[in-house]
Amino acid sequence: MSTQELVIPVAREIHTEPRRSDKVFRGVVTGGGLSSLAILGLIAIFLAYRGYEVLRQEGIGFITHSDWAISTDDAGNVIESHFGLAAMLVGTILCSFIAVVIAVPISVFSALFLNFYAPSWLKKFLITIIDMMAAFPSILFGIWGFLVLMPSVEYWAKLLHRYLGFIPIFDMQVPVFTRSPFVAGVVLAIMIIPIITSVSREIFSQAPLDRIQAAYALGATRWAMIKAVVIPHGRSGVIGGAMLGLGRAMGETVAVFTVLNIVFQVNWQMLLGAGGNVASLIILKFGDASPYEIKALMAAGLILFLLTLIVNAMANLIVKTTGKSGR
Amino acid sequence: MTTSHESENQEMQTSVKPSSLADVANAKTPKVPGTAALGTGLETRGVHAWFGKHHALSNVSLDFAAGTVTALIGPSGCGKSTFIRTINRMHEFIPGAAMAGEVLLDGKDVYAPGTDVTKIRLQIGMVFQKPNPFPSMTIGENVLSGLKLAQLKVDNKDDLLEECLERAGLWSEVKDRLGAHGGSLSGGQQQRLCIARALAVRPQVLLMDEPCSALDPGSTLRIEDTIRHLSDTMTIIIVTHNMQQAARVSDYTAFFLSDGGPGQMIEVAPTSEIFSRPQDSRTESYVTGRFG
Repeated sequence: MSTQELVIPVAREIHTEPRRSDKVFRGVVTGGGLSSLAILGLIAIFLAYRGYEVLRQEGIGFITHSDWAISTDDAGNVIESHFGLAAMLVGTILCSFIAVVIAVPISVFSALFLNFYAPSWLKKFLITIIDMMAAFPSILFGIWGFLVLMPSVEYWAKLLHRYLGFIPIFDMQVPVFTRSPFVAGVVLAIMIIPIITSVSREIFSQAPLDRIQAAYALGATRWAMIKAVVIPHGRSGVIGGAMLGLGRAMGETVAVFTVLNIVFQVNWQMLLGAGGNVASLIILKFGDASPYEIKALMAAGLILFLLTLIVNAMANLIVKTTGKSGR
Repeated sequence: MTTSHESENQEMQTSVKPSSLADVANAKTPKVPGTAALGTGLETRGVHAWFGKHHALSNVSLDFAAGTVTALIGPSGCGKSTFIRTINRMHEFIPGAAMAGEVLLDGKDVYAPGTDVTKIRLQIGMVFQKPNPFPSMTIGENVLSGLKLAQLKVDNKDDLLEECLERAGLWSEVKDRLGAHGGSLSGGQQQRLCIARALAVRPQVLLMDEPCSALDPGSTLRIEDTIRHLSDTMTIIIVTHNMQQAARVSDYTAFFLSDGGPGQMIEVAPTSEIFSRPQDSRTESYVTGRFG
């Protein structure tokens, strides 16, 4: 009886030779996929390269101080300069935070209305309108916000101040209610509602039908069904949409520039007519900036770019950690 | 030349002979309507159903005595599922869906104006073809989800949880992991979880729309076991494509058929009779496996 030991062979190398057409297609899509990465990288390198001199000069003060001054002699040589972004960074965060806080509930409710309550003709009509809102030029939002929205928002701001003034962010010493971060936040909210609505609508419409039916079959009302099935399913998508909106709000330039009273002083009081954001700083100073100041603006752009990246990374983290439970 | 394969085929053919199905149907203790009247009787009168212009179901009048199991059989597209969905008013969720006729639960028309449809669905529970537990909820939360959805109050949730899982035949398998997610169970366990979930709101009638069609034979038998136990306390209507199953679990069987037009109920009788002495030749052809 010969007991032959089983020789376990080395695993074979399996190779799939793709067809020529497949290779070509792979090349095309790889190019498309990497191009956005390349463009983003080139912008970052460009901003860092142009802003490096100022960043080295100002050091950490570039993000902790809030004065922005440059004096030059007649020949255009810089005599003295101080560049600090603190006020603009605080303004950016404040305005966009206000915008998201206002826009998310409105967007979620309109997405739920469109998916579960609106008759189909109204649904189609409203979706068209909301999509159009997303394509609307931001300068018009700014002008409209300044001329039309501000007087009524001022009224709401006064109410907030009177009844919630004990909360520091609603407090203010000088009663100047116009051109405040609050007004800018409301304008930004209107601008980001279409994005958040359409992302939320998409994710809500993918709520699994069998679970919707299960909830109804258990005697759920429509609202109870939405709470039990649709919201858990869509939670991470809504957060993703909110972060997309936040990104847009942080980078928004013209509308904020039109509405906001830009002041180089850190101001957390959202109702006070003084604020700023990084993008509107750039547009404010760009026109008549000396070459050295341009470098400072490029550095400011780099900081805004990094802030946006950090916010997006945080958004991804939130979506990842909250996403599992709902599906 | 006879291969083992062919003999297997022959075996399968013999197993759908009317006599053998009738034997299966006779093997269980017959249930006489009225003797176990713990559930609530249900009656449909002249029920029609449409999807837009498509007339899907025509003139179905059926009585479901309290505490009986009725199987609805028939080929695909004959309106069985549509019919049971008119009973708990799930039919109307489909855009363009319409119905005519009456569905009487305990003598009251569930389509009567002013009827709270959520209350109807609490009294007439439903189990679907594909197990559909709520994935964001634990096993325990799934069972009790109906209470939350319909805003019902219960004194002792733990007792109810155990009772429902016990009745659905799942308690012993999950009692140590009630906090696990519903999705972590096997398909058969998920379906029994869905049955437990339907039981928690204490329905008088349970509709089952091909509850075993996505399950393996072992799980199927367990669920049939569950159905037989449940029929002591409630009225059950089960749609099935599996005639063996109809023979095993039901007291009555109704045969549905569509001859190109809307689906119709051809014949209803005690299950043993449907499989041994069908009155209609089309029923006979179907139960003997000549079509469908």
